[in-house]
Formats: sequence, structure tokens, C-alpha cells
Amino acid sequence: MNLPVIIKFVIDLLAVLLLALGIKGLSKVKSARDANRLAAFAMSLSVVGLLSYYLGTSGIAIQSWIWILIGSIIGSLFGAILAKKVPMTSMPETVALFNGCGGMSSLLVALGVAIFPISGGQENFDFFKSLINEVSISVSIFVGAITFTGSIVAMAKLQGWLSTPGWTQSKVRHFVNIVFAVASLIAFFDLINGNTSSIWLLVIVSSLLGIGVTLPIGGADMPVVISLLNSYSGIAAAAAGFVVDSQLLIVAGAMVGAAGLILTQVMCKGMNRSLVSVLFGGSLSAQSTASSGSGEYTNITSCSVEECALTLEAANKVIIVPGYGLAVAQAQHTLREVTKKLEQNGIEVVYAIHPVAGRMPGHMNVLLAEADVPYEQLKEMDVVNPDFPATDVVLVLGANDVVNPQAKNDSSSPLYGMPVLDVQEARTVFVIKRGMSAGYSGIKNDLFDLPNTSMVFGDAKKVLNDLIGELKDLGVGEK
Amino acid sequence: MSFISLLWVLLLGSLLGLELIGKVPPTLHTPLMSGANAISGITMLAALTLIVKAEGNVPLLIIGSVSLGFALFNVVGGFFVTDRMLAMFSRKPSNKK
Repeated sequence: MNLPVIIKFVIDLLAVLLLALGIKGLSKVKSARDANRLAAFAMSLSVVGLLSYYLGTSGIAIQSWIWILIGSIIGSLFGAILAKKVPMTSMPETVALFNGCGGMSSLLVALGVAIFPISGGQENFDFFKSLINEVSISVSIFVGAITFTGSIVAMAKLQGWLSTPGWTQSKVRHFVNIVFAVASLIAFFDLINGNTSSIWLLVIVSSLLGIGVTLPIGGADMPVVISLLNSYSGIAAAAAGFVVDSQLLIVAGAMVGAAGLILTQVMCKGMNRSLVSVLFGGSLSAQSTASSGSGEYTNITSCSVEECALTLEAANKVIIVPGYGLAVAQAQHTLREVTKKLEQNGIEVVYAIHPVAGRMPGHMNVLLAEADVPYEQLKEMDVVNPDFPATDVVLVLGANDVVNPQAKNDSSSPLYGMPVLDVQEARTVFVIKRGMSAGYSGIKNDLFDLPNTSMVFGDAKKVLNDLIGELKDLGVGEK
Repeated sequence: MSFISLLWVLLLGSLLGLELIGKVPPTLHTPLMSGANAISGITMLAALTLIVKAEGNVPLLIIGSVSLGFALFNVVGGFFVTDRMLAMFSRKPSNKK
């Protein structure tokens, strides 16, 4: 071993260690931010390691430097701008977009290596010589393409640019996807057999497969899909690692792949969905129209903001149940104003956070933290559920399915078995909502029909602003 | 590196990944996903390798450069966005005491 090899080995080892520590640290609130920076540092370190290795051995041509600069400046610039500009509510689609681009990168590397087998007798860059290289190129293209198109479809659906086409809810889509899958397998083996031209077939059909699999999945299940695609992009990176013979890539890719799988499982658990039903079951709303889930409301009580304020003023303990609707209305700051007033009056205020509140596990915590809500006031579902019977007022803000008692009571409901917040146990429940539309699942919410539930119709932000006014009139929060 | 040892690397890396994020509070799932996603942009190393080894093959240089761009978009954007999310958590405990 000569010096450049040893240096690269040490740097790679250090980078892997730091990446592992980074992922580990990301799992604790205290250390998470430093851990993220540590991981970023490890990534830069790995680039330094790679470049110094080539500088010390084959050298890097000026031309290569130019293309390296072009690619990295443009990519980093766009990434940084998007990351700074994007609102916190759009986090899921942003992660999906980043993820898709990672997949695209692996796809392009494999494609480049496959189309232009590098000449010039470079011993460790002699691709297509062994079966292994062909397999890893094929895997990299296959997984990379699925990751890319799948993530883009997921992003477009979350942004509302794409709806779920009707045909994708019928059995036809299974047939279509099986055709795509079989075609990719054929192209896969053809490629391994040395027929380079079938590489385009592989690119096209695996791209189509990514679209075909993601398109039928409903909005509620999208976080699970993004998490799964995140895992895929790790696998694609690991496959690209085999292509360019880099242990560091393989380790990092495998770590992300495994981490993504675990997260996917956790999310499925939180929504009481199995991965199989998410991937092959179609959207939840399509199922529910067929079952007993839909129905008419019979006993809706609506009330004014004034009544709501009066009840709040008389309360001792208030639990807030925030949902995605709150985030859409950008009302988290206004909500914080309301709760501040209540607290100043000696009323105990707690936020009940369902594991999948918002659009991803932990999404709601991020949004509330943005509005300066103290971390200690955020209570997880299992902690807060026993408190509801001793609670005077529950404010449900833009949450729907996660407070649906059907999940506990109605075994025919598609939601049955999903862990929910037992808000109906509280003395009074106010649901602030624009109208009577259904939640993500498209299922009727039995909570709205209960006698202790009152609906306050209106945009969350406007209602909360009015509430601040009413509370002021009542002298709440003014010492 | 022989293929077999690369397979070992793959296996151990996967096991490490499974162990590392065994216990995570739900609060951190979104930032963790975003952070892990940024790390998956490590394919930038493959893109770099491609460019360095292209030896004046312009189409290959372009493919490598585009690939590098996509990867860095993922990496830089991913880490920044994760940092933005985590900044909101970490300032909490110190503020409210």
C-alpha cells in the first residue's frame, strides 16, 4: 500500500465513523443538531479523501476540475436556495424531491459507466468485465429510476399537482405494474447477458414502474412511501458503490437503506397500516366509499367564537389537538397567542400530538416549535390519553382522522384499530374546521355527531384571531 | 477490494443502520428521515469518480457533472433543511427554563 491509499483508507474510516455517530445523534433531541452538522462534515471529509487520493495517484485533469465545479456549484446552489425558501409545511414534498434527485444521481452514474466503458487500461475501472459489475450497474439503474420517478410522483401528489386517476384504483393497475416489473426483469437479465442496448429498456420500464406503483397511493399514505423511497435511494447509492468500487459508498448507502426501512415500519405502525396494504391496497378513501365508512351527519352542533371563548375562560384544563389543517392555515403562531392568554389566566394548556399529526411523524412538533411552543407542553398520545376525562375543553384544530372514535368503536370502519386521541372523553370538544369535508381518509368522523362536540366553522387562523379578540373582551390574560 | 469483502461491507453497513436508529422519539422522525436522505446523496462520490476517470470523454464528463449536481442538490439541500428543522427544537429547552 502506498501513501495515498493509506490516507484515503484512514479518511474513509473516519467518515464512516462520523456518519454513524451522526445518525445515532440524530435520534436524540439534545444532540440532533450537532449530529446533523457532524454528518455534513463527514460528507465533506469523504469528498476531500476521494479527491486527495486521485491527486496523489492518477492526478485530476483540468477538464475534470471544470466539470466538477460546474456540477457542484449548480447543484449546491439550487439545494441551498430551496432549503432556505421552502415553508415548513411543505417538508414532506421537499424531502421527496431531494430524495428523487439522489436516485437520479445513482442512475446517471451507472448509465454513464454502462454507455462509455472507460478505455485506457485502468485496472480498477475495467467495467463490464465481470458479471458483478453488470449486476451492480443494473441494480443501480433499476433502483435509481424507481426512486426518481416514485419520488417525483409523490412530490407532485403532495403538492396537489397530480390527483389519483380513477383507473389506478381498479385491478388494472396490478396488471400494468406486473407488466412493467416483468419487462424490467427481462431487460435486467438481458443486460447482464451483455446486451448493452437493453439498458434503455431497463431505464424506461423501471421509471414507469416507479410511477405505476406510486400513483395509486393516497395522500395519507404518502409519508410511508417517501420513507420507503428514502430507503431505496440508500440501496441505489450502495449499488453505485459496487459500480465504482467504493466501500464508503456501500456502507453509507446500506446504513441509509436500513434506517429508511425502520422508519417506514414505525410510520406504518402509527397509522395502523401494513406496508403491503399501503403499497397494493390503493388509497384509503377509495376503500371507504365501498364500506360503511361514509354516511350523513345527523346531529351537528355549531357554535360561535364567542361561546367558545366563554367556555375556555371558565376552564381549568385545556388540551389542544393540532392537525395538518392548522399548518395549512399557517395558524400556529396565532394559536400560540391564544394559549399564552389562557396560561396567563392560570389555565393549564397542553398540546396532544398524535404520532402522525401533520403529514409525517414529528412534523407537527416541528411546526409548533417554529411557533415557540415550549417543548414540555407537547404531549405524546399515550401520555395524554388518560388525561382527557379530567379535561374541560379540547380544541381540535385541523385534525380529523386522528380524533375519530370510529377507530375504537366501529369494527367495520377502515380506520378500525388505528390509535386515536380520546378527545370525546373530555367535557367539551370544539372542532375548528372550514366545513364538513372529510379528512385524509375520506371517512365520516363520528366525533362531530356527539352531543359534547361543537363545531366552530371557519378558517383556523381567522377563528383563532377572533378568539383572541373575544378573550380580550372577557379580560382574559390581562393582569 | 474483492467482491466478497464488498458484500461483507454491505452486510455490516446494513446491520449498523438497523442498530443505529433502533430507538427514536417520534418527534425526530421527520428530521431523521431528512438527515438520512441527505446522507444518501453520498453517490456524489461515484459521480466524482466518474468525472475524474472520464479522461476527456466529453459525454461522460457531462453525465458525471449532471449526476454530481443532482447528488449535491440532495446533500446540501438535505442538510440545510434538516438543520432548519432542528434549530427549532434545540433553542427550546434553553429559552424556557
